[in-house]
Amino acid sequence: MYEGILIAGFGGQGVLSTGQLLAYSGMVEGRHVAWIPSYGPEMRGGTANCGVTIADNPISSPVVSEPTVLITMNRPSLEKFEKVVVPGGIIFVNSSLVNIKAARSDVRAFYIPANDMAEEIGSGKVANNIILGALIELTGVVSTGAVEKSLYEVLPPHRHNMIPVNLKALEAGAGLAREQKGTLAEVG
Amino acid sequence: MKKVFQRPKSLKDMPFHYCPGCTHGIAHRLVAEVIDELDIFEKTIAVAPVGCSVFCYEYFDCDAYQASHGRAPAVATGIKRVLSDRVVFTYQGDGDLAAIGTGEIVHAAARGENFTVIFINNAVYAMTGGQMAPTSLLGQKTTTTPFGRDHKLNGSPVRMSEMLSVLDGTAYAARVSLHNPANVTRARKAIKKAFEVQVAGLGFSMVEVLSACPTNWGLPPLKALKWLEDNMLVYYPLGEFKRPAEVI
Amino acid sequence: MAKILMKGNEAIGEGAVRAGCRYFFGYPITPQSELPHYLAKRMPEVGGLYLQAESEVASINMVFGAAGAGARVMTSSSGPGISLMQEGISYLAGAELPCVIVNMIRGGPGLGNIAPAQSDYFQATKGGGHGDYRLIVLAPASVQEIIDLMQDAFDLSDKYRNPVMLMGDGVLGQMMEPVEIGAERKAELPEKPWAATGRLKGKEKKLINSLYIVPENCEAHNLKLDKKYSGIKEAEQRWEEYRTEGAEMVLVAFGTSARICKSVVDICREEGLPVGLLRPITLWPFPEKGINGLIESVKSFLTVEMNMGQMIEDVKLSANGKKPVFFYGRAGGMIPVARDIYNEVKKILNGGAA
Repeated sequence: MYEGILIAGFGGQGVLSTGQLLAYSGMVEGRHVAWIPSYGPEMRGGTANCGVTIADNPISSPVVSEPTVLITMNRPSLEKFEKVVVPGGIIFVNSSLVNIKAARSDVRAFYIPANDMAEEIGSGKVANNIILGALIELTGVVSTGAVEKSLYEVLPPHRHNMIPVNLKALEAGAGLAREQKGTLAEVG
Repeated sequence: MKKVFQRPKSLKDMPFHYCPGCTHGIAHRLVAEVIDELDIFEKTIAVAPVGCSVFCYEYFDCDAYQASHGRAPAVATGIKRVLSDRVVFTYQGDGDLAAIGTGEIVHAAARGENFTVIFINNAVYAMTGGQMAPTSLLGQKTTTTPFGRDHKLNGSPVRMSEMLSVLDGTAYAARVSLHNPANVTRARKAIKKAFEVQVAGLGFSMVEVLSACPTNWGLPPLKALKWLEDNMLVYYPLGEFKRPAEVI
Repeated sequence: MAKILMKGNEAIGEGAVRAGCRYFFGYPITPQSELPHYLAKRMPEVGGLYLQAESEVASINMVFGAAGAGARVMTSSSGPGISLMQEGISYLAGAELPCVIVNMIRGGPGLGNIAPAQSDYFQATKGGGHGDYRLIVLAPASVQEIIDLMQDAFDLSDKYRNPVMLMGDGVLGQMMEPVEIGAERKAELPEKPWAATGRLKGKEKKLINSLYIVPENCEAHNLKLDKKYSGIKEAEQRWEEYRTEGAEMVLVAFGTSARICKSVVDICREEGLPVGLLRPITLWPFPEKGINGLIESVKSFLTVEMNMGQMIEDVKLSANGKKPVFFYGRAGGMIPVARDIYNEVKKILNGGAA
């Protein structure tokens, strides 16, 4: 098993912490993991992205230059990174903020209104975890149990009250993915 | 017969390499006498600069470090932060302290580093051949100001004691001179106070010592002392610029 | 043992603390900032000191003072700051003071940028400062190895009374990986009878010094240092070999570029191409023993660096004309892509044809 996951969006959308949560979950499950952020002046208000690798074998390069999974939380991220996804890879598009479609036909694209769904659940802050839920449902890269366990480690104690809403978001994302699975098989 | 004069214990029994009439020897002696008087020799660590006094680690018999040019205050910071119960002093000239090492001395003072600085101001770079120092006087001829220091070209001399005295971290800053016996006595008192400030843990202490350089000033020793008195004292007033209430 | 997820820069800090380092002097610069942030919090917890200096020049001289006083001490910076430290590093080497200097290399020359690079190889391994001296230079390639090598860095510096440089880059500093750090235990620190700590109880005088004004004495000092360096060269060369068995071409790369080269080796091996990797862990002493061990069996070497070709000189010196040494590099903060290196390998294996 090898997944190179690139998560991209605006600074402040929680892109880096979502990547850390995913990496932590992979570690909890005993896999090899690496997390690497983009950094520099661009992290001030511009785009932010991080790469997460989860694999059965030791990870040679932590740099996710050819992602198997791309999560785009905003439009510039989709425009910038769509082309580097491996053929047959998956692109998750936050359709609450991205009003275009993926142009490639050799990848599977999922459109998830993450911000809208998060607001419905009760917190716009958990939009990332809506998509994370869908990712887990579709790839099985980590288990929901591992994510739940990791939330306790990754979130500081005074934020543990946010764990239930995070879990709700994961479940909502997973549910949507289950619904879309069938239709997507045709697209792929 | 009563012995009225002897070598301080803290100085090694060896001849100085300094030129005839140079006042480094007096300054060394005063520091050594104070170390003896305060009975802190075993705890004392010296930091030598680059300049004429680069070899002062040979003369002071305590443990010593030879620092790179201008960085003695940073080296002393490192030592004192590890060995906070020791007495640490730097011995620096005007090029070392007031030109290349300006950043280090200002920030050591700003942090209130608890060590003592003996700053020898003789208004000239001596070891390298009599070039202009940051403390050279306006109009003073040096090998790099052959027509005299011109403020338009070279700016004006730097008064370090006044500068450092405005920093909160500076506990004690004084300027003394070695041009006559009365002032040598006053210099000794100031150096003693500076060390007492350190021993009491009150912060950064510095004594600026106006010093003569007959060789590079091109004057015989006595005339050099007179030149110091007539010229340097005008620009560099003597006195204590900062003094903690705890030390009288 | 439980693993924790840790950033490379933080691992440097924790590794230092575990190794018994209690003094850090430094000046902020990207991309190593997480290290000072970490130690500013961590040092007070273990009774240590984190002190922000007014410049890298001051930092390295504070290190000089603390090292002379016998402390385990370190500083950290990146390219431009390391350049400012060079005079102090030369003094440390001259005065034979142990300390650890971390360089998280960024793109250069000049202000360059803050992206990962390996362009300070020459500076670290060939001098950098003035005079005839050597640093022991360690190049970790993972967060776990950073932790492990920090212990070695301090131990080697004390063993040889020589500054040690740990070289990484933004990738290693910023990435997170699981690490095992084990239980904290009291670090065993060697006696330092040479330290100048005051002449308490009439101890003999100690001097921390790099000045030898008489040329004969300075030459003797240089000979003594050279003897030490020869011993280090003999005893401390370290490298990792990855799938070199039966390899006809061996990639030579360190740190981040070595990790990428591992991917390249895997791709090549899957296709049946006999390619392996030699990863120097010590950049000085350079693992010429590693190269020599492969020299008869391989047909060529390909050095891969994040610069325009620096370590290749040492690879060539070690190969000594017996086998060709090729080069592939990206510079200015660009990270080589596995696919591009693979194409280069194919090109060389095909006798130069693309």
